[in-house]
Amino acid sequence: MAHAWVYGDNIDTDVLAPGAYMKFGIEEIARHCMEAVDPEFAGRVRPGDVVIGGRNFGMGSSREQAAQALTHLGVAAVIAPSFGGIFYRNALNLGLVVLECRDAGRVRAGDNVEFDARRGSVLNRSSGERFPCVPIPDHLLDMVEAGGLMPFLMRRRRGTERK
Amino acid sequence: MHLAEKLVARAAGREAVTPGEIVTCAVDLAMMHDSGGPRRVKPLLEKLGARVWDPDKVVVITDHYLPAADEESRAILDTARRWVREAGVSRFHDEQGICHVVLPERGHLRPGLFVVGGDSHSPTGGAFGCYMFGVGATEMLGVLVTGEIWLRVPQTIRLQWEGRLADGVVAKDMMLAMCAALGMDGGRYQAVEYCGEAVRGLGMQERMTLCNMAAELGAQAGLVAPDETTRSYLLQAGVPDTAIDLARWHGDPAAAGAEDHRFDAGALAPQVAAPHSPANSAPWDRHGPVSFDVAYIGACTGAKLSDLRMAARILRGRRVAAGVRLLVGPASARDQRHAEEEGTLGALVDAGAELLANSCGACAGYGAHRFGPGQRIIASTARNFRGRMGSPDAAIYLGSPYTVAAAAVAGRLVDPRELLQ
Repeated sequence: MAHAWVYGDNIDTDVLAPGAYMKFGIEEIARHCMEAVDPEFAGRVRPGDVVIGGRNFGMGSSREQAAQALTHLGVAAVIAPSFGGIFYRNALNLGLVVLECRDAGRVRAGDNVEFDARRGSVLNRSSGERFPCVPIPDHLLDMVEAGGLMPFLMRRRRGTERK
Repeated sequence: MHLAEKLVARAAGREAVTPGEIVTCAVDLAMMHDSGGPRRVKPLLEKLGARVWDPDKVVVITDHYLPAADEESRAILDTARRWVREAGVSRFHDEQGICHVVLPERGHLRPGLFVVGGDSHSPTGGAFGCYMFGVGATEMLGVLVTGEIWLRVPQTIRLQWEGRLADGVVAKDMMLAMCAALGMDGGRYQAVEYCGEAVRGLGMQERMTLCNMAAELGAQAGLVAPDETTRSYLLQAGVPDTAIDLARWHGDPAAAGAEDHRFDAGALAPQVAAPHSPANSAPWDRHGPVSFDVAYIGACTGAKLSDLRMAARILRGRRVAAGVRLLVGPASARDQRHAEEEGTLGALVDAGAELLANSCGACAGYGAHRFGPGQRIIASTARNFRGRMGSPDAAIYLGSPYTVAAAAVAGRLVDPRELLQ
């Protein structure tokens, strides 16, 4: 069951990956992910959960650890009405599904939420509502499904070697 | 076409492009710093067994983990120093200042270039008529391996400033007013172009302040069309005149703007952003009485030579108020040297300023200078997000270097225009 963690507008990259821990590896950064807003998040989020954001989720810095901390904790997707532009690109490059969904605000904390990144839809199993969302750009779908740019390049490289 | 479209079309090898379409662009220059740079891309390159596509098109600048306060920071810096040698990157500036200021001052930018930077304030390069934007480390890896990057051709949002700024009102005030008017996502990850009489009247470092904070508008890039002011800066930075094409890099007057916003420079008062967002900006006197523990002149946004000169104009012959710490971290070593030679730095130090290193310092919140709970700070930096510069319970206000220096002297929020000398 994909439990929804719901947050407000303008969650910034300093909240997702606090500066004081940026000198460490992703394990340590992830332990403090969202700490300033929700000190319980990092300890309680479970693999497969989704984060529901408000407007401009991931605004601020280019540090990709902001997206990587979420994937490290097992977050399956972030669903929000809009995203910070660099965060959006970083997330896809790291294999984190990000879906622009105008109606994200209708999801409540703890709802059971499913998504289809390829078709661009979100289903709230708890309320029965289905919301359309902006699908991931076509030219990036294969990369996201491979798990991000690195696995995608590794696979392509192995493919080239075989030929 | 608008300037942004012309820049993207050139990099995509196309006659013309249309906003919204996805194109692949050849990268002319890739800039990285110590935090998001070698430390992150080196292991990825090794895993791929790949080399840098063109080491001559890479610039590495150390600025985040300086001064190195601990073992982890030293290791990150050492990685950068070793990697540039291994990768054959000769354009390496170590401990010379903040990347966005060092990059143009060492002559790496010129109008027409398509540039990616491993930092969100990379739009600063747009002040020189480059299309420059920030990317994360994995995206940078893709650039380093292929020399290319995909882009959705941006719409252009024109931010027109008519009239002339009053003495003591500067680019930072314009920018804070725009953050309040448009919001932190008003740039919609498109390109903003600053234009109008007040923008043309700004020097290069002031234009850099505007483009730098395109990031705070949520834009991908911030642009100012290059002109003779650009040329004279670039000539001083060592760029050959033949490499500076001013005629080509401006928008067509007839190009339709996706969105136009007009502002009156003459009516603008000094602006201050209250905690915890640059969008919480208003004229300085709308915030009620606020006193401060720390005044901080720092960062690429607020401690360039032009910024230090503003602070000195207020602080010369005065003392910082009792109980207030004034911290000054000049944005580059070269700017600091100029400030020293002309007496600007002396005026700051005589007033009681503590000098910090030429690095991102407290603005990035990575190093030793972090502010405590309950502290009230006024800073010339770009961001006052909760917890960014230390405790989530520190209250960070933002203002121009004039406003920060005036607050340092008065110990509270005052009109900097009344302290100009």
